[in-house]
Amino acid sequence: MKSNRLNTLTNGIVKSNPTFRLVLGTCPTLAVTTQALNGLAMGAAVTFVLLCSNVMISLLKKVIPDRVRIPAFVVIIATFVTIVQMVMKKFLPSLYDALGVFLPLIVVNCIILARAEAFASCNPVLDSALDGLGMGFGFTLSLTFIGIVREILGAGSFFGLPIGSLGNISMTIFILPAGGFLVYGTLMALVNYLTALAENRKYAPSSKKKGKKEAKA
Amino acid sequence: MNIYFVIIIGSVFVNNFVLSQFLGICPFLGVSKKTNTALGMGFAVIFVMSIASVFTYLVNNYVLVPLELEYMKTIAFILIIAALVQSVEIVIKKFSPSLYSALGVYLPLITTNCAVLGVALLNIEKSYNLVQSFLNGVFAGVGFTLAIVLLAGVRERIVAKNVPEPFRGFPITLIAAALISMAFSAFSGMFGIV
Repeated sequence: MKSNRLNTLTNGIVKSNPTFRLVLGTCPTLAVTTQALNGLAMGAAVTFVLLCSNVMISLLKKVIPDRVRIPAFVVIIATFVTIVQMVMKKFLPSLYDALGVFLPLIVVNCIILARAEAFASCNPVLDSALDGLGMGFGFTLSLTFIGIVREILGAGSFFGLPIGSLGNISMTIFILPAGGFLVYGTLMALVNYLTALAENRKYAPSSKKKGKKEAKA
Repeated sequence: MNIYFVIIIGSVFVNNFVLSQFLGICPFLGVSKKTNTALGMGFAVIFVMSIASVFTYLVNNYVLVPLELEYMKTIAFILIIAALVQSVEIVIKKFSPSLYSALGVYLPLITTNCAVLGVALLNIEKSYNLVQSFLNGVFAGVGFTLAIVLLAGVRERIVAKNVPEPFRGFPITLIAAALISMAFSAFSGMFGIV
């Protein structure tokens, strides 16, 4: 039972990491990761919403009629997002401006609705909370990582601190939209490669192009 | 007149929703395997986005602002969009079965397309009037369609190529998107629009 709970928690961090394995919630992943700090903040906001909505939906799962569950989930999620928005606007105004429209857009972040539908609506409260935390941490880690890579390459700094004279030779492309796609794609390929290595699977020069994607889905 | 021109060109090319603002990436990656389905998704998005822009504008200016409930914007807008998508689906199903069979499968997906909520929120943020909001909705949708169809065209060709194993699927698609985005970044600064 205990190891089961641990699995629930770590599932979102490694095995079904929302960013690199499930490929959900890609909009904020690409948009806010021009700086590591923004990635971290977005991750924290999503983790909070994910945790709260998972707990709330798990508590209410017997009350919500099946036919209106999606609108009900969306309202619950939107409520927590509004709370995050108000708190951040009051206490962290600079971060609020940096995340911009992507803060309210957490409502339509597919990870949250996906976990509500796939996990919280059919599991006990504690497990749902752990699942929310795990998924949130996985998301935060990936976003921060992408943010660190893009910030070092694109602006020559690390969490806003300049690294030596790297700022002089920085490649602005990496903090532009194109660089976001590029870094995300490359890191995802790297994760695929490492996962395959870890599973001790040899790459066979197969002619099937779709095998990988289907396996992932 | 000038501002309308700026909105049109701006939302299709310069501030393309997908390629430079990162809105609607999920369907952009998910529904871009074939050009036909990409086109269908694109039209469904244009349709919903233009109606949603008008409705959210009206609700914001005539309900939320007079009642000083602006902080309810996010909740109100997502409910409007969800209800709108649902009713559009019902209406189309009833009156135009052929259109329904073309767009039907994409409609439920649009509720969670952040481009739709994004355009509604950006209209308010930029304090556009009704006509400007509508135009922004339509042409942001056109920009989305352009981007998704371009990517679908690229992906149809990638399928026939020998891509290194770790890059298969999403990674190579993201890199293709990066190249398209790079091409679009040439538009930035055009007409002095950021």
